[in-house]
Amino acid sequence: MKFIKTLNSTKFTDSISVKGCGECQTSCQSACKTSCTVGNQKCEN
Amino acid sequence: MIHLFNIDEMYFVTDINSGLVHVVDEIIYDLLIDEKFKDENKFSKLYSKYGKETVEEAISELNYLIEKEMLYTKETNIENKIKPAIKAMCLNMTHDCNLSCEYCFASQGTYNGEKGFLSFETGKKAFDFLVKSSGNRRNLEVDFFGGEPLMNFETIKELVEYGRKIEKEHNKHFRFTITTNGLLLDHEKINYINENMDNVVLSIDGRKETNDRMRKTQNLKGSYDVIINNFKNFVNKRGDKDYFARGTYTSYNLDFSEDVKHLRELGFDKISVEPVVASPNEKYAIKEEHVEILKKEYENLAKYYIECSNNDKKFQFFHFNIELDGGPCIYKRTIGCGAGTEYVAVTPNGDLYPCHQFVGQDEFVVGNVHEGITNDQMISKFKNVSVNEKAVCKECWAKYYCSGGCHANAYNFNKSFHIPYSVGCELEKKRIELSIYIKARS
Repeated sequence: MKFIKTLNSTKFTDSISVKGCGECQTSCQSACKTSCTVGNQKCEN
Repeated sequence: MIHLFNIDEMYFVTDINSGLVHVVDEIIYDLLIDEKFKDENKFSKLYSKYGKETVEEAISELNYLIEKEMLYTKETNIENKIKPAIKAMCLNMTHDCNLSCEYCFASQGTYNGEKGFLSFETGKKAFDFLVKSSGNRRNLEVDFFGGEPLMNFETIKELVEYGRKIEKEHNKHFRFTITTNGLLLDHEKINYINENMDNVVLSIDGRKETNDRMRKTQNLKGSYDVIINNFKNFVNKRGDKDYFARGTYTSYNLDFSEDVKHLRELGFDKISVEPVVASPNEKYAIKEEHVEILKKEYENLAKYYIECSNNDKKFQFFHFNIELDGGPCIYKRTIGCGAGTEYVAVTPNGDLYPCHQFVGQDEFVVGNVHEGITNDQMISKFKNVSVNEKAVCKECWAKYYCSGGCHANAYNFNKSFHIPYSVGCELEKKRIELSIYIKARS
């Protein structure tokens, strides 16, 4: 690609069959307590 | 659906349904505006700026991405796979506080009720409820909260010991966190917390004048001079373990990047400063009229953040963290924070609420630690609030980053879980754009 650089290597829909375990951190427990910020959390699976 | 934005002559396209983020040349950005690349009458107007051959080459790259489902990806029908199971808990160790912060959503720790301390017996019941209701989830989270939890420190120690005992019996893993104002943070407590808490939230708003305007002692004096030394001592002994120096900004410090700088210059390297949640009637509330000023302020902060990253003063700003690979799965991104479905708050008398923000509002009591969940009707309201069930969110490019925002904010401002808090949305979208920009620069 000459004009486009893609920052990530995986799509949301990749490995979708093995996702959804629910083991990830609850967002409010991290630092915020007043806002929901899910996108900055890590997958535990 | 895609989202286009540019910052400092860098151009970005996010593909909402795949989650892919593309850094593009200006020509691609121009071709995507108004979908010019689809119509020769439109894209031929770019020949004079870029040349015909270059425009055609750029269009072929766009078509390649579309063919590979990396751009304009169609929405996948996501049926939630995450079964509801309560596995995280905000444990209000006290409904009392040794500070009297003007903006406190918990009404100076009492949540508009009576003062009280959580007993070991009630805490045990809460832990037992958590283990029982968590089903096959292994990781359980307990945040010792308040009021000020360190006013009930001995009970915290007893509960941690109890948690360590029952986690073995039930093949669970407790993650303990604590949120403290720092007044009682002496050496004994620092050592204990560093040994036992996975994450610690240290409440401080930044500069002395910012902090002391809101975070006052019972005698209405500023708290900065006491807490700053306690927090520095704490962080010096924290090692690599997680913590956040966590502040709140209000309409009084719209230049909050100066507060972040102050904290960084004092040595804190994990910082979160967030907008106050308050009724629009309060003088200190963040309102629509502040949004554009605050967006500029986040840009100022991003510049400082990048400068620090380039000169060995690197730090984490909670809202500039973003996981483009290895982040939460699409299911988690769709269902959101989990209030009432995987997360509850517990009061000293054992009542359960969908989250800490609703504590003290009787209509939101969903059960108690003795009987478990008894108000299924209220819980069901929290099960049907995924991003694709909210009209505003469904059409929003940021939906899989914020996952629909805070239910309490939505309810407080709009009396509906289905209409998000618009000021919060605007600020969150700005933070996401800047996070992506920072990621692209790193």
